[in-house]
Amino acid sequence: MLMLYHRKNRTNKQKFSETEGDGEAEGDSKADASEVPPATDDTPECLNKALQGLSSRWKNWWIRGILSLTMITGFSLLIYMGPIMLIPLVMAIQIKCFQEIIIIGYRVYHSYDLPWFRTLSWYFLVCVNYFFYGETLADYFGVLVQREEPLQFLVRYHRFISFTLYLTGFCVFVLSLVKKHYRLQFYMFAWTHVTLLIVVTQSHLVIQNLFEGLIWFIFPVSTVICNDIMAYVFGFFFGRTPLIQLSPKKTWEGFIGGFFSTVIFGFIFAYLLAQYQYFVCPVEFDSETNRFAVDCQPSSVFVLQVYTLPAIVQNVTRWETVTLYPFQIHSISISSFASLIGPFGGFFASGFKRAFKIKDFADTIPGHGGIMDRFDCQYLMATFVHVYLTSFIRGPNPSKVLQQLLVLHPEQQLSIFNALRSHLREKGVLTE
Amino acid sequence: SILCRLGLTGEPDGEADGDSKADTPEIPTSVDNTPQCLNKALEGLSSRWRNWWIRGILSFTMISGFFLIIYLGPVMLIIVMTVQIKCFQEIITIGYRVYHSYDLPWFRTLSWYFLICVNYFFYGETVADYFGVLVQKEEPLQFLVRYHRFISFTLYLAGFCMFVLSLVKKHYRLQFYMFAWTHVTLLIVVTQSHLVIQNLFEGMIWFIVPISIVICNDIMAYLFGFFFGRTPLIKLSPKKTWEGFIGGFLSTVVFGFIFAYLLAQYQYFVCPVEYDSETNRFAVECQPSELFVMQEYRLPAALQNVLRWKTVKMYPFQIHSVALSTFASLIGPFGGFFASGFKRAFKIKDFANTIPGHGGIMDRFDCQYLMATFVHVYIASFIRGPNPSKVLQQVLVLQPEQQLSIFNTLRSHLQDKGILPPPRPEAQ
Repeated sequence: MLMLYHRKNRTNKQKFSETEGDGEAEGDSKADASEVPPATDDTPECLNKALQGLSSRWKNWWIRGILSLTMITGFSLLIYMGPIMLIPLVMAIQIKCFQEIIIIGYRVYHSYDLPWFRTLSWYFLVCVNYFFYGETLADYFGVLVQREEPLQFLVRYHRFISFTLYLTGFCVFVLSLVKKHYRLQFYMFAWTHVTLLIVVTQSHLVIQNLFEGLIWFIFPVSTVICNDIMAYVFGFFFGRTPLIQLSPKKTWEGFIGGFFSTVIFGFIFAYLLAQYQYFVCPVEFDSETNRFAVDCQPSSVFVLQVYTLPAIVQNVTRWETVTLYPFQIHSISISSFASLIGPFGGFFASGFKRAFKIKDFADTIPGHGGIMDRFDCQYLMATFVHVYLTSFIRGPNPSKVLQQLLVLHPEQQLSIFNALRSHLREKGVLTE
Repeated sequence: SILCRLGLTGEPDGEADGDSKADTPEIPTSVDNTPQCLNKALEGLSSRWRNWWIRGILSFTMISGFFLIIYLGPVMLIIVMTVQIKCFQEIITIGYRVYHSYDLPWFRTLSWYFLICVNYFFYGETVADYFGVLVQKEEPLQFLVRYHRFISFTLYLAGFCMFVLSLVKKHYRLQFYMFAWTHVTLLIVVTQSHLVIQNLFEGMIWFIVPISIVICNDIMAYLFGFFFGRTPLIKLSPKKTWEGFIGGFLSTVVFGFIFAYLLAQYQYFVCPVEYDSETNRFAVECQPSELFVMQEYRLPAALQNVLRWKTVKMYPFQIHSVALSTFASLIGPFGGFFASGFKRAFKIKDFANTIPGHGGIMDRFDCQYLMATFVHVYIASFIRGPNPSKVLQQVLVLQPEQQLSIFNTLRSHLQDKGILPPPRPEAQ
């Protein structure tokens, strides 16, 4: 994430002093701690000229600031363009993160011209993505799929096809084992799989959150960004007590200040977003116009409700009731998670970088490091939001349930039909 | 499996140039776990034949034990759990040893904690489906089921945060290695053992037949290799031969075909396992599905001329058994090769010394896991559809408007199929 408060004084000197033997255990081989090439300066020429006069520290600060602003603006622009842009964006980020981590693994282990390794890793990435996209597409593009015959076949036997594809990769891996390189190859196999588990699975959770409603994508991402920036600012002005050995630049003042300001920001931002159908409605694919549509009756979570304040608060604020979106109450739990548990994702990534003696995951973004650096906290957040959604907000997806119904045997369908009819009659929904 | 072990010595095949020599521990020489009684009985024989006899006797004991457990019924669940825990422990112990874990007190605790978390998650999902009626009765259980995913996630997160807090300077890399090792082991061992349990609930035949086929393939490939083996199969396992491979394949298909015929006749094996909440016991009683009902098939013309039979009576399940046997013989061994490569990579002879002559539990089950996953995917894709009671549950949770729209769609669907009488002329 924007670990601004982590790398406050990033001069070249400190770059190498931080990577002291913190990750080296006595049993580790010194041979496979590769010398990490010094970070190349990717800053565009125009920026360099504009900031020529400033001292190195302020130049760095300005570069990070400008890039942050650019990223946030770009993000807002993509939101404006809607789901049709966001899904490819999530995919692109996922692929880039995967590539960054695999390259690190590759470098860390001095992979000895093992020609299948990269091919296999990318092959597994394609397999797992195929599996996940198939599951999602079958749900959301149900109508489109019904029309095309080959698509129907792919959907019905989807799991079997995915499994077969994966097995092929597995067999190729076994056949590619080369004498004297077994351990290396097993390491890289495990490295690939753990990366897939972390990066790919969670990016698909992001996409599922997105389909629930853009707000379930925008809001968590914004809270994490806000927490980063706020914790940095509080740490910058008030920081005194170190928080954790892993990240020496983080402070308790930053942590707590970030927590409170994120909760408040989240509360207000939730209020602002919940008013617009564009953010609140589930994304649906309209098969007539072949476009994504966001059009619905907002669910009860996004409808203003009147809450009676508890007596104590009534005395203090002299209001009897307050009108809120229920979503704002949910926003508090989301913000709390982002501020209190989210940073653990960042600590995990810091520990990982120290363990493998790398400064950044890559050099893609000037001043910030690689894509993975920006997104390490986001992944944990996305998983939490997904679990939160499925547990507390939404029930099963009706079109998915209908699909399952239509696949059952006619006798089973009939028995469900009868059970449903009596249930609806009891509820008074059905009058016949 | 059996074949790999006969000739495998600890050659330095797994050592890459970049690997540290420091972190390849000296494996303690195998402890001889053979019971005293066996030793006495086989005193006179030469070392090679003695080894052969020990393996034979143990194999026979295990297979008998297997049949006894089948007789005891769905209590096999406990057996599956035990096997899973033992496999997990074996692999974690290896990782621990390979990395000279330096008195990192949290590592073992955390690994076992993650094992419990993942098992809790999977059992919760299964229990909610199969013990639905029991769960409805108890109030605290209802809460646990409804928020199951959230509770599991919270438990996992607690372990994750503990891991981050336990990172110790100078041991980061080791700790990350063990974290990854634990997770990959969980992925392989725990996930697939739950697939085994789900297969079992479909009907014990889906548990018994795959396991028997893998065992048969092992034994048959060994026998064919012993008598006819000449051309080596793969560098990873020098004792395996093409003759053993192909002979094993053909004999396994034949065995599977016959064994499927034998088993498909009994309701005890063929019916889905259900939990009877009145008697509080597992019940296997049902109308066998059409898969297990004898059907007549017309032979293709070519076969008719050869055999002079026009039709043949088989269970459809026997045709499926051919697919299962083929997988077990052709692809299953890759699981064994994977485990062999793994053992060579980390320079260990066996996963552990639990079973005399055979090694650890993991050695016996390495091919089984791949088979269990295949059977599960096979069942989900080709045999059964979604579970109707689960679908009904989901429908009842929806909003009334959604229920109504589903109801209408279902009604028109059933009317189209002719199951429901067509709509009356008066508009509703």
